Amino acid sequence: MWKNRIIALAILLAGFGVGYFVYASQASGANFPFRLGLDLSGGTHLVYKADTSRLSAADVPASMASLRDTIERRVNLFGVGEPIVQTESGGVFSGDAQHRLIIELPGVSDTQEAIRLIGETPVLEFRLQQPLDVANATPNADGQIEVSLGDAYGDAVLTGAHLDRASLEFGQASAGGLSNEPVVVLNFTKEGGDIFSQFTGEHVGEVFGIFLDGQLISNPVINEKISGGSAVISGNFKPDEARELVRNLNFGALPLPIELLSSQTIGASLGTETLQRGITAGIWGLVVVAVFLLLWYRLPGLIAVVSLSLYIVIMLAIFKLLPITLTAAGLAGFVLSIGLAVDANVLIFERMKEELMEGKWTNNAVRDGFARAWLSIRDGNLSSIITAVILFWFGTSLVEGFALVFGIGVVVSMFTAITISRTLLLAIGDYEYKGFVKFLFGNGLK
Amino acid sequence: MLIIKYRKIFYTISGLVIAASLGAIIMFGMNFGIEFTGGEIIETSYTERPAKDLIVSQLDALDIGAYSLRAAGDDEYILRVKPLEEAQREAVFAATTQVGNEVIGTIERFNAVGPTIGAELKDKAWVALIAVMVATILLIAVAFRKVSKPVSSWKYGVIAIIALLHDVIVPTGVFAALGYFLGAEVDVLFVMALLAILGYSVNDTIVVFDRVRENLRHNEENRSKEDFELTVGKSLNQTFVRSVNTSLTVLLVLLALFFVGATVTQDFSLVLIAGVIAGTYSSIFLAAPLLVTLQKWTDK
Repeated sequence: MWKNRIIALAILLAGFGVGYFVYASQASGANFPFRLGLDLSGGTHLVYKADTSRLSAADVPASMASLRDTIERRVNLFGVGEPIVQTESGGVFSGDAQHRLIIELPGVSDTQEAIRLIGETPVLEFRLQQPLDVANATPNADGQIEVSLGDAYGDAVLTGAHLDRASLEFGQASAGGLSNEPVVVLNFTKEGGDIFSQFTGEHVGEVFGIFLDGQLISNPVINEKISGGSAVISGNFKPDEARELVRNLNFGALPLPIELLSSQTIGASLGTETLQRGITAGIWGLVVVAVFLLLWYRLPGLIAVVSLSLYIVIMLAIFKLLPITLTAAGLAGFVLSIGLAVDANVLIFERMKEELMEGKWTNNAVRDGFARAWLSIRDGNLSSIITAVILFWFGTSLVEGFALVFGIGVVVSMFTAITISRTLLLAIGDYEYKGFVKFLFGNGLK
Repeated sequence: MLIIKYRKIFYTISGLVIAASLGAIIMFGMNFGIEFTGGEIIETSYTERPAKDLIVSQLDALDIGAYSLRAAGDDEYILRVKPLEEAQREAVFAATTQVGNEVIGTIERFNAVGPTIGAELKDKAWVALIAVMVATILLIAVAFRKVSKPVSSWKYGVIAIIALLHDVIVPTGVFAALGYFLGAEVDVLFVMALLAILGYSVNDTIVVFDRVRENLRHNEENRSKEDFELTVGKSLNQTFVRSVNTSLTVLLVLLALFFVGATVTQDFSLVLIAGVIAGTYSSIFLAAPLLVTLQKWTDK
């Protein structure tokens, strides 16, 4: 019994530890904040379809990756915190696999602006580096002059419209160069070649910058006049970098036409309200269930409340650590799981009651009650887990949040009911079922 | 056991409730939301909500087809329209948030779903519902594989499915009525609620069946020839309090969710409340008595 008491103490201490972690990590700037979905934090969720009909199946993944990178760059320009851009395959049931792009922009409530920015054709530019013109700039309050990277370059000499295609090659050993160094070869259109030849002729020894969506992606030095309609960019490229650059250059414009399938915007105040009410509902649900358990099951009821509280802090810690993105549906699922988590306890207490009626002492009744209830708990929860798995597969971020919370809730509640409730009950001690003990372990109206 | 004895009364009650639910579904139809049909929903909040006619007249001036504008909360309007073109959308945004050139409202929620996504979601919902049912039959058939007398194991699965259908049809009927009278819409949350009900209902039924299984094994070990009807009755007696108490705790949290929870999950909790009540009823008054009925049929 002392062994059980020590384990029980350890469990309670661990519970307090986890609880403290959940509490402490809520301080601003802490490492593990709750991750809130867009419907709780406010923001914009966009789903695009990429038109891959003109590509062969083998080229699709690379094109999708490039599409994602391009759009991610544009989204970053938008200046939102932690945007998410991901690709997804959909339309499994309609027969033709659709390739989709999902964009989440927390805090963005101007949908039209976001859509415009994402759909805009990106700009590929070749610009000459120039000395910074700081003579006319006005210093800011600290006496410093703010310049952006773009200020260091002149106007665009060539744009993506002048580029025919870019390709990756591996250079030959030459004086000062390493063999097999990856280089990027640019082939210009006729007009582009002429401009480039004239431009490089006039600026030998200077540096030009290649910009994509206003961001500098490469700045090679012009070594000599380049004619013949093609140019080689050699730099200290790693093969991967060079490959990415080629991809970006080839797909200066969006690599694939995209079409907006759905969009969703939630205002920040609505999100906050949803979150607040979800939390309130959770607290109310917990209080009402706790009162019921105490009134009906008395001492075992108290233990169920302790183990339910542990269930809640464990779940909250899991939400933070995994992390799980909480949505309105996920919160509802969590509140629901508080009700369901009690089930295993109720099953066990009812079995215990039967064992006590047979004249067993409390410890034996607890052990036998748990053993007897186990099969029901296992089979019943298995069906819930299967449901959660199917729900998870059901897809869409909304449902995934609910399914994850529901599924993890089932597993964790099984654990807390079987191990924690059991240990705590055994730790109370072994008594004969009579008198005051009978009252404490009794239940219902009797 | 009274429940087993008077099972025909409970079958009748179930039959009537199912008939009423099916009637509601057929008469009212399901009010599918834009997540399934495609369309746009715009929720605008105002510091001082303008008269509905004012917004309606501004919307009528635009060529956007049929739409519905509903007041929501104290200071909001929710507009539902068919999928819009880019230019139309800006006009609609302006029509809901401005009077003349004066800005009077802000858009709280905007949701646009293309028809393809809607159709795909519908397909997925069906597949998910059917997958849960099939998985359930298999699970029960496996869990009860050693039980073959006097009712073979797969029949437990079939009865669980009957109870399942009962538990899905009833809340769906309730929701059809809600949709008709209060404009509740079938959305992804509704499908999730149904799936959660499936899980809960099976869980509840399994607990009762598990007790029957245990008592049967007990009888076999003690070589007692107890009537099957008596065994089921006894099992029901033993699990009754647990079933009611578990449902009660779940109902308590659902009521909390309904009354103080977020507006978006209100319909969701209502569907679940209907489902949990139906699920508890079906495992006690439908599934267990059906075992006896089925056994009597096979014996004849």
